[in-house]
Amino acid sequence: MELTKFIENFAGEFDHTDASVFTADTVYHNLDEWSSLIAMCIASMVEDEYDVVLKGDDIRNARTIGDLFNTVKAKM
Amino acid sequence: MVTGASSGIGQVIAIECAKMGANIIATGRNEERLNETLNQLEGSGHQMIIADMSVQEDINALVEQCPVLDGLVHNAGTAVGKPASYVKLEDLQYVYQTNVYGVALLTKGLLRKKKMAKGSSIVFNSSISTYISAAGWSVYASSKAAINAYMRTCALELGTKGIRCNSVVPGMVETDIINSLFFTDEGNQSSMDQYPLGRYGKPADIAYGIIYLLSDASTWVTGTELVIDGGRMLK
Repeated sequence: MELTKFIENFAGEFDHTDASVFTADTVYHNLDEWSSLIAMCIASMVEDEYDVVLKGDDIRNARTIGDLFNTVKAKM
Repeated sequence: MVTGASSGIGQVIAIECAKMGANIIATGRNEERLNETLNQLEGSGHQMIIADMSVQEDINALVEQCPVLDGLVHNAGTAVGKPASYVKLEDLQYVYQTNVYGVALLTKGLLRKKKMAKGSSIVFNSSISTYISAAGWSVYASSKAAINAYMRTCALELGTKGIRCNSVVPGMVETDIINSLFFTDEGNQSSMDQYPLGRYGKPADIAYGIIYLLSDASTWVTGTELVIDGGRMLK
């Protein structure tokens, strides 16, 4: 599981946010486009791509994309 | 009989119906939690039958073991929350197996074996999501819409037997699974803001509506959907 690919997959769920915005340190909760639907899309993407089921708390508690990457990695 | 009686709304339905004098048959998948339900029922004569509504053999065994019923609450249900673009065949099968197929097959089994008494009542637990769309819940919402259509057809077919069929259509109810429904705190708050009565429902709010539809207070009511939603549909 690669961080770069994870960030790319994460960014792929956004329609209106420039790809350059997404890094491991991005606090995704602060993005203008962040919403409960995008959060659900991220959880679904993680299930499809990494076979990991995220709970609401996992996404709420992680702060940055890097944090979420680590959460997913720990559940693999 | 209450399906899905081992937790959440189903457990409270069983408890409240027992308070009204019903002899309960509590069904569910988990023996330990079903026992917890049984221990909380007032009165005597209650029993539990372990059954998974997604397994045909369990449904058959349940039909065989149960006595003739005066009331049936199709409460067992499950959900998958994901955007339509990610829904897989397995998600559809998982949700529909319990929410739709299980309901139809249990109903069929009970009717074929003449286990629904003349004058009995069948109540289906539907959802407000059939009317108010929430992103990510296409599979669940469509399964509950199917149940409402199924209920109306049953009401039509069973009227001559004196068997009534109705749905309750609950808004968001506080249960253990509510936390898993929201992926952002803002999502939870903005959802609650849509409720004119200022809160989500409690399981008992739904149970009381179901008791009405089970009872003789509703002997001329069939084929209806009773919305219990704290006013959510007004918005």
